[in-house]
Amino acid sequence: MSEEIDQSKRHFLTVATVVVGAIGVCVTAVPFVTSMNPSAKALALGGPTDIDFSKIEPGALIKAIWRNKPAWVVQRPQAALAQLPKNDPLLRDPNSEEPQQPPYAKNAWRSIKPELFVVIGICTHLGCTPLYVPQPGDPSVGPTWPGGFHCPCHGSLYDLAGRVFKNVPAPLNLPVPRHRYLNDKVVRIGENPVGSHSTYTGPLVW
Amino acid sequence: MKNIIVCALLLALVPLAARAQDEGVKLQAANVDVSNTASLQRGAKFFVNYCMGCHSARYVRYNRVGQDLGLSDPQLESYLMFAGGKVTDTMMSAMPRADAIKWFSTAPPDLSLESRIRGNDWIYTYLKSFYLDPKSATGVNNTVFPHVAMPDVLWELQGTQRAVFNTVKNPDGSSYQVFDHFEQVTPGKMTPAEFDKSVRDITNFLAYMGDPVKLTSLTLGLRVIGFLVVFFIIAYLLKREIWKKVH
Amino acid sequence: MSAEEPKLKRDYLDVTGGWLHGLREWIDARFPMSSFWKKHVSEYYAPKNFNFWYFFGSIALLILVNQILTGIFLAMNYQPSATGAFASVEYIMRDVDWGWLLRYMHSVGASMFFVVVYLHMFRGVMYGSFKKPRELLWIFGVLIYVALMAEAFMGYLLPWGQMSYWGANVIISLFGAIPGIGNTIETWIKGDFGVSGITLNRFFALHVAAVPLVLLGLVLFHLIALHEVGSNNPDGVEIKKHKDPATGIPLDGIPFHPYYTIKDITGVIVFIAIFSAIIFFAPGMHGLFLEPANFEPANPLKTPSDIHPLWYFGPYYAILRSIPNKELGALALLVAVVILFFLPWIDRNPVKSIRYRGPLYRWVLVLFAVTFIVLGYIGMQLATLFWAEIGQRLSELYFLFFVTAWVYSKPRSRAFLVGTFVVVMIIISLLDWISWAPSIAHLKLWSWLIPFGYCLIFLLWPAAMPRLMQPKPVPERVRTKARHGTHAGVRAE
Repeated sequence: MSEEIDQSKRHFLTVATVVVGAIGVCVTAVPFVTSMNPSAKALALGGPTDIDFSKIEPGALIKAIWRNKPAWVVQRPQAALAQLPKNDPLLRDPNSEEPQQPPYAKNAWRSIKPELFVVIGICTHLGCTPLYVPQPGDPSVGPTWPGGFHCPCHGSLYDLAGRVFKNVPAPLNLPVPRHRYLNDKVVRIGENPVGSHSTYTGPLVW
Repeated sequence: MKNIIVCALLLALVPLAARAQDEGVKLQAANVDVSNTASLQRGAKFFVNYCMGCHSARYVRYNRVGQDLGLSDPQLESYLMFAGGKVTDTMMSAMPRADAIKWFSTAPPDLSLESRIRGNDWIYTYLKSFYLDPKSATGVNNTVFPHVAMPDVLWELQGTQRAVFNTVKNPDGSSYQVFDHFEQVTPGKMTPAEFDKSVRDITNFLAYMGDPVKLTSLTLGLRVIGFLVVFFIIAYLLKREIWKKVH
Repeated sequence: MSAEEPKLKRDYLDVTGGWLHGLREWIDARFPMSSFWKKHVSEYYAPKNFNFWYFFGSIALLILVNQILTGIFLAMNYQPSATGAFASVEYIMRDVDWGWLLRYMHSVGASMFFVVVYLHMFRGVMYGSFKKPRELLWIFGVLIYVALMAEAFMGYLLPWGQMSYWGANVIISLFGAIPGIGNTIETWIKGDFGVSGITLNRFFALHVAAVPLVLLGLVLFHLIALHEVGSNNPDGVEIKKHKDPATGIPLDGIPFHPYYTIKDITGVIVFIAIFSAIIFFAPGMHGLFLEPANFEPANPLKTPSDIHPLWYFGPYYAILRSIPNKELGALALLVAVVILFFLPWIDRNPVKSIRYRGPLYRWVLVLFAVTFIVLGYIGMQLATLFWAEIGQRLSELYFLFFVTAWVYSKPRSRAFLVGTFVVVMIIISLLDWISWAPSIAHLKLWSWLIPFGYCLIFLLWPAAMPRLMQPKPVPERVRTKARHGTHAGVRAE
């Protein structure tokens, strides 16, 4: 055995083995990592949810769960709707410029029907669910309170259109999900209205 | 006492072995091909029409079937989902379990994994082996699964048949019956060849449901092994290079 | 080989730049990273004559990692409850992305673990790797094997299929054979009056946490013991006896890294290719790795017609069934496993490797392997009278291996061999007399020839021809192709 060690061949083969081995390990990691994505069952359960609002009273809020998040339907009386434009100067994003709602809900009241407000009750700060405090001047918030939502975790405040006030930790308005009215009694969360052709799938922050 | 129990258990296994041989009606080869999408689509339709009245496939989702069998969501809804529901649902039978137990005295088994429990040949032969038997509550019996509670749901397609048995005499003079062949009594909507093909389609769909990844795992496996062959060649060259001076 | 070669890898590290070198020095001042690497890898000297059989240690380690990783990801989706377990396995197989692959990797991995461990153990017996000074290394190994059996048994309950359920029932019932407290222990293990969701839940805890921790600890001890005494090799000679006086390095040793790292990598690739072929083409191995009856949910009202454990417990199950008495059957099973611990004190022949143990011992070992495999096959068959009887005879051969290994420990006198033959045959015939039944007389009589033939060849024949069990001279140094030509050439000398 008189062969000499060919350092460059050895170097090449070592690098090739390490590279091919590393590719193998990375590809093997893919099934492990992707197995943690939502499963077919989670996706199935994440399908649309219907909420029956036929018995809702003026000023009331009803809750349902959609994709394991609180979905709310709020019946806003005329007085509450009238208050909304007055809040504008106090808000971060009064005209809903951020895509926190589907295009068909980008309006003064952030909803399809003015009196019915459909929203996901998740604070855009760190994900707590805010309290519904509709009464203006409610002592739990303060005398200047125009009525809206108050997050107990870190004090973020939203008006009755889910728009976030200035000087609170939450950066964005409350997210409005895709939704459509099946009839006068039922709203379906998770589907765009027929013919809207919106590609809207979800807000920035849930 | 325990010895007796163990001996009894062991002895109990002996007749089981004997019975297993007795039951040995020769199974016909199903020859299914889960890569035959057209056959799977036909099988799915038969399954929904003829089996799902009583049986469910509780682990199988319609949209997964659609994905694997090349059916879009609207196609799924019009071909396979007569009872409504969502395409993400699993294939549940409409029959309440309690009713099933009342009518058949046993709950019809879930069929998601039937092909893995029984094997494809068993299913294929079983579905073809119903014969008229006036002694039975359902009016039929089955050579593969004697005294089965299930009625012959495919009789309209197959027609009816009767079983011809041969009598075999034991040396001690007693005798027993051995199945020989079937004779057609009334014709069905399908010719025997058409019927065989349809049963093969149903069996194919059950085989697919039992192991849905079979469709993709073969090609993926070949790729993985191809990669390993390349890796082996490189690693082996390096091994030879490093070991050159060891002797 | 030149002394510079082991430093090969370090050259690459240095090429990559000073900062990496600096980082290493920073760590080494605080943690024995480089010295650990040197002691256990780059300057751990292994004999240079390892053959095919020496791949299985590394491969077993790889499978352990595979089982732990896939197990963790399966546990993320599995539900340990009587109502949810079966469905959650199907959920993994169908609804979880790549869940089927993780599950098959785990289930096939379990079977392959035993394949590899059996080959690894056979290697140890073949080359005498259990003998002084490696007795503890062997004992840790057998402990790993026992822990693995516990792990596999409890894992097999988790899918909650018919075989899971009834298999657990049967095996737990074995504890009922313990005199006096058997039934109490049985109920204590189950935590219920029968196997139930409560049993499943505790088996889950033991399977995913307790036993894996024990296994990891034992594997660590196994490796520590190995690195303390050094590896044995196919020639069964100690490489530490002949060291280079200048460096203190064994003359027949080569550093584990890079030589055996790269060699093991090639072996591991071949293994992964076989492993992948099974996973992708036949994950159930035609009922051997995944049993058809286990695709049916557990049903306490109906026992499957054919109930047996998975293949890797087959030999012990055959031994258990071969004795028509619950207590004695369980005892035989226990002894069959426990006797492995005592192998270093049963086979005391100073010659380690089968290469130099003489012509007869080679066949003793081959026959032991064949016996084990055929017992495994019988364990999977229905307990017919024929198989029960053959199982009994092969169980006798299983234990006779240990008797023969003990007899072959040193040169024996003619009288000793004849005496042993007579005693063994009397014991076997007595057992037949006890279990005599006229209905199986014919079977018993001719199958009696099996142990008789065995003893005739391995105990009586060497009494006539002592050189049959006489070891060949063992070389001082390991043999390699370069030094002695091919192995076949060696034998021809």
